[in-house]
Amino acid sequence: MSKKIDYRNEIDATLYKPIYETGKGFYITVGIFLLLFLWALFMYITQVWFGLGVTGMNQPVSWGFYIVNFVFFIGISHAGTLISAILRLSKAEWRRPITRMAEVITAIVLAIGGLHPILDLGRPDRVLNIFTVGRLQSPLLWDVTSITAYFTASTVYLYLPMIPDIAKLRDKGGKFTWFYKFASWGWQGTEHQKKVLNRAINILMVMVIPIAISVHTVISYIFSMTLQPGWHSTIFGPYFVVGAIFSGIAALLIVMIVFRKVFHLEDYLKKVHFQYLGTLLLIMSLLWFYFTFSEYLTGIFAAEPHEMHIILYKFTGPYAIFFWMMVICNFLIPVIILGFKRFKTITGVLIASIAVVIGMWLERLNIVVPSLANPRMELTVGMYVPSIVEWALFIGGISAFVLGFVLFSKFFPLISIWETEEGRKESVKEVEKRVKSYLPGGEIITK
Amino acid sequence: MSKWAMVIDLDKCTGCGDCIAACKIENNIAIVDPEEANSGRVMFWIEMVSVYEGEFPNIKIKRFPKPCFHCENPPCTKVCPVHATYKNDEGLVGQIYHRCIGCRYCMVACPYTVKVFNWYEPEWPVEFRKCFNPDVSVRTKGVVEKCSFCAHRLIKVKEEVDLEGRDIQDGDYMPACAESCPADAIYFGDLENKESKVYNLAKSSRAKREMENLGTEPKVVYLSKRE
Repeated sequence: MSKKIDYRNEIDATLYKPIYETGKGFYITVGIFLLLFLWALFMYITQVWFGLGVTGMNQPVSWGFYIVNFVFFIGISHAGTLISAILRLSKAEWRRPITRMAEVITAIVLAIGGLHPILDLGRPDRVLNIFTVGRLQSPLLWDVTSITAYFTASTVYLYLPMIPDIAKLRDKGGKFTWFYKFASWGWQGTEHQKKVLNRAINILMVMVIPIAISVHTVISYIFSMTLQPGWHSTIFGPYFVVGAIFSGIAALLIVMIVFRKVFHLEDYLKKVHFQYLGTLLLIMSLLWFYFTFSEYLTGIFAAEPHEMHIILYKFTGPYAIFFWMMVICNFLIPVIILGFKRFKTITGVLIASIAVVIGMWLERLNIVVPSLANPRMELTVGMYVPSIVEWALFIGGISAFVLGFVLFSKFFPLISIWETEEGRKESVKEVEKRVKSYLPGGEIITK
Repeated sequence: MSKWAMVIDLDKCTGCGDCIAACKIENNIAIVDPEEANSGRVMFWIEMVSVYEGEFPNIKIKRFPKPCFHCENPPCTKVCPVHATYKNDEGLVGQIYHRCIGCRYCMVACPYTVKVFNWYEPEWPVEFRKCFNPDVSVRTKGVVEKCSFCAHRLIKVKEEVDLEGRDIQDGDYMPACAESCPADAIYFGDLENKESKVYNLAKSSRAKREMENLGTEPKVVYLSKRE
């Protein structure tokens, strides 16, 4: 380090600090999660070497943790871009400190989730067959298509609003100036550049919403397009989308609370953010319950034998504990915590969010495994217990997320600096003007 | 075009399991060690299934051999992302082992759970390795396999018939299981050929197909007086 970079005089010094000052915590975190990740990588190599026999999967439960985690991670990835796009679109001013983090979650988790089907392949060396001899009629190819589209859109949507911030870092100088210089595309903040950027963001945020919804709908199609009881259901598309947004908001809240503590962002992430997002989480929880209730009631009332068999298996079989834990985590805990003002503190929101993330993972497990364990030919009842390799890859996936997020926070500000500035400078006036414009008699209020 | 189908007469079947042994040898199917087999990784292309009905002491045991049903409308081929499983013009549902990426979507989609996966590199006792059937390709780890109705035999039959300058007759093309059955309980033939045994037996009042309500139209028909 030749010279200290001067950022302390900035109003938003807190946001610059993690980039220019590296604490012990950073190295410890990166070290631990890197080790976990390498362990997972080693486990994956053993799997490729010996075959999928090292997992707990069998016949008939021929899908396990990998598919569960695939659906789970892709679900988490809905946090970001979708929420940030909706907030931007609805001009919610409190979005400013949230959007960046939400978008980063999406980009990282989507990359991790999107790779999960490859972990699941018996012959990963032949994965390119899906391009050379792929069948677009197969729901798996729909997935490949929509996840690629979503990944492209959401990384661009993450990157574009970062350009002005990258330019700020470039102007500060320091270690990676060459990189910031390249990545900021000559941003000078002229009127024309601002106009172009805003237009690009506007186009993207409108585009990203249908893509995001299509992604999780299509993932549910993997299951609902088959004839398997418990899967073959028309409600699955929207049910998965709701679940995805639900788990996504929870993950976003966890990340916000953790980084608020670690980076001392208390000035930026105030109670109101957690209150609003908490309310959103509560709504999603109720919506999730509504979908779950509809799904099971239709099955139970008509009582088609195969369908009923699976439902009873879920309620009382060997996986029943996971089913009821799911109901507790996804419905009881969040509703109790978020429904009462007394519990709706930041700690409360954190507990509810953790519960929801666990609950949504259990939901994916409850969808994938019980249906496979009870094939229509009621001959064998399968049992699935994940092996150490599958656990390792699950932990590895989470480690990859933490690593990705921590490294991102090392190079870029986690809260959009220029959008915060813009908020300070312009939006107070703008919001006043906007409210007056649609309030009857608004002009009179102006003195 | 022919439409190959199998009829299994459960009133004649003794459940001896000869079809299974014949199938394993004919198709170079891996021998899975017992511990793995018990944890649900057994490798059969035709399997002897036992269904227990009722409560003790009035238990009814139903045993029947279960090959791939070669559905007319197969749910497995619909979902394959790489065209590794397909239905050909003669109604045989095939599997291309060297194209399969091992996603196991077809296994998941098959309502009859007839497909098996190579969880490890397939293994055989030394004696087996010495007498592989040269007509059937040996699989590798990580791919899905299943009963092919001994399609390699059809290729041979076609060549023979071509040389002799005649059409395939009923009984020319027999899979290993049908050929080996000591009780003559397995019939095999062409559903489009109105003189074939299979055509007539499939119309019998005893004929039953598994889960017809799914619309998969299986081409394996069971004959049984019992429900």
